[in-house]
Amino acid sequence: MNCRSEVLEVSVEGRQVEEAMLAVLHTVLLHRSTGKFHYKKEGTYSIGTVGIQDVDCDFIDFTYVRVSSEELDRALRKVVGEFKDALRNSGGDGLGQISLEFYQKKKSRWPFSDECIPWEVWTVKVHVVALATEQERQICREKVGEKLCEKIINIVEVMNRHEYLPKMPTQSEVDNVFDTSLRDVQPYLYKISFQITDALGTSVTTTMRRLIKDTLAL
Amino acid sequence: METDLNSQDRKDLDKFIKFFALKTVQVIVQARLGEKICTRSSSSPTGSDWFNLAIKDIPEVTHEAKKALSGQLPAVGRSMCVEISLKTSEGDSMELEIWCLEMNEKCDKEIKVSYTVYNRLSLLLKSLLAITRVTPAYRLSRKQGHEYVILYRIYFGEVQLNGLGEGFQTVRVGTVATPVGTITLSCAYRINLAFMSTRQFERTPPIMGIIIDHFVDRPYPSSSPMHPCSYRTGEDAGVTYPSVEDSQEVCTTSFSTSPPSQLSSSRLSCQPAGLGLGSADLAYPVVFTAGLNATHPHQLMVPGKEGGTPLAPNQPAHGAQADQERLATHTPSDGTHCAVTPSSSEDTETVSNSSEGRASPHDVLETIFVRKVGAFVNKPVNQVTLTSLDIPFAMFAPKNLELEDADPMVNPPDSPETTSPLHGSLHSDGSSGGSSGNTHDDFVMIDFKPAFSKDDILPMDLGTFYREFQNPPQLSSLSIDIGAQSMAEDLDSLPEKLAVHEKNVREFDAFVETLQ
Repeated sequence: MNCRSEVLEVSVEGRQVEEAMLAVLHTVLLHRSTGKFHYKKEGTYSIGTVGIQDVDCDFIDFTYVRVSSEELDRALRKVVGEFKDALRNSGGDGLGQISLEFYQKKKSRWPFSDECIPWEVWTVKVHVVALATEQERQICREKVGEKLCEKIINIVEVMNRHEYLPKMPTQSEVDNVFDTSLRDVQPYLYKISFQITDALGTSVTTTMRRLIKDTLAL
Repeated sequence: METDLNSQDRKDLDKFIKFFALKTVQVIVQARLGEKICTRSSSSPTGSDWFNLAIKDIPEVTHEAKKALSGQLPAVGRSMCVEISLKTSEGDSMELEIWCLEMNEKCDKEIKVSYTVYNRLSLLLKSLLAITRVTPAYRLSRKQGHEYVILYRIYFGEVQLNGLGEGFQTVRVGTVATPVGTITLSCAYRINLAFMSTRQFERTPPIMGIIIDHFVDRPYPSSSPMHPCSYRTGEDAGVTYPSVEDSQEVCTTSFSTSPPSQLSSSRLSCQPAGLGLGSADLAYPVVFTAGLNATHPHQLMVPGKEGGTPLAPNQPAHGAQADQERLATHTPSDGTHCAVTPSSSEDTETVSNSSEGRASPHDVLETIFVRKVGAFVNKPVNQVTLTSLDIPFAMFAPKNLELEDADPMVNPPDSPETTSPLHGSLHSDGSSGGSSGNTHDDFVMIDFKPAFSKDDILPMDLGTFYREFQNPPQLSSLSIDIGAQSMAEDLDSLPEKLAVHEKNVREFDAFVETLQ
């Protein structure tokens, strides 16, 4: 099975980085989250309800929809905040990318640890621009809003191709497919990582953050 | 593997498609309400949330969607369409979007209905949630209010894209293949908002009584344009924000997603006439015309502190219109101008409108200006004569000067002079000399030292020259002393002068001949 990879590129002002990233990541996770599974006897299960809410951006003329889950929102904000700080501290041109990877866990026999097999990766390449005047910032607000609209349409287009999705797991397998740690929603297992690139395009710092229950032993 | 759908699957599929259509309409309409949507996640399944998504059901939207569907389902050639349009307060309307739920013939016989189709329909609804925030109409709907409102209309049948203007764009939300066909959800949206750009930022106030909140649905797509449905009076005038369910009473198919201020305003338009206005109202220092009929009851908000009797029922007029009224009555602060708020322009319009149908005299409809002494005004207002006033709408200034004198507000009680020079100037008979003498008494004599002059050594220098010629003698022809005759005496002497001239008529004729 090949991992599906989608790349999006955005050029934003420094203060727009967080909101732009959250808009993209939340839109993807909206499509890749389901209600909590409740397994019953005989292998059947019922699914909880996913709430949705609108989020207005402060620095971009844009509104996006996210799943109503504070835990999920907090997790995303944490990693996006770190990404923003890394971008700011790197100096230089302000080039970076953040990746949202959906994966499945494959149990391996001891002593080998479980394998993480990605099946979909969303990469957002960010170029931070510095603007001098308020008028430029105002134009940037609108332009970035329009660009994000295009990105949302791109995301939706990919989602509706109905390409590979992991099979619905049995109760024993559910933690290999879904992140069951959240109280109210159940996204597919995912992890977010980012890296900052310098002017040469090589990776100077690589920061990995894992948001999964189990950690790699090796 | 069965090639034909079994009856249970068929039933399930029909149910899924039906509820998907209803939820689609809910998502689209709720996205155009102008508010942020927020629903809660629930880990326990409630059993009533279709497609595992918490999407509220607005009853009238469901009702209208069911009515449009009329028990049918989207099928080939029969699409369910939700039309989103914009209507300005001036009555202009424009289609913004058409959302289409279509079915084509491409079937996927092997797909599992109760599992795959259901989950994919859920995914499609999530995509719809995302896409509805992305089209241009979303930002317009978030800003709707007094200037324009967003309306929706549901119809079933052929998709009509004519109203979207040239160059409209299409975005496909997604597709779901089923054993009976492929469901496609798409949106065609207008990009040419030129109509909006010229009108959106006009600062003309909405014409009261014509703001339309609710519309009935056209039974057929090609039928007549939307028209307002009957509005029920007798509602509680103090309603704050009507919840969406409340508007069930007054809207049928297409309803405006306007804020409550407009609802209140249009409610006011149904108030009965009977305000009994007459000339007695002129004594009250009202700012606006006293002769308005009841079609504009909101303009008769008289502030109680000025001692006027409220001329209109005390309607709690919400919205900016009422605020403008109140603002106008509490200004002006400079004492010379009055009511230069936008309400004034509306006022002049209503004057012309109301004067058409009324038999009352024209002066009743004229505006009376309230002259107040504003704060920090050094010069008492009563020194300002009528001629020196540079007031807007001066043509509406009262022509009847006696009325002005009787008006207690013209002569404020805190004026230092008891007899107003305003009165004096209006009733003066040749007292101009007296007034000039008074001005001389106010001057203080100082040594006169003209500029660029040396000391007064010579008898005739600049200073002397100034003094001598400062008060030149009057011209003899203008002197009253020489011609101390009154006009009557002049008239009496006229026949004698004529007689003298008649004697010399030959000389005059000879003179005229020399000229020719």
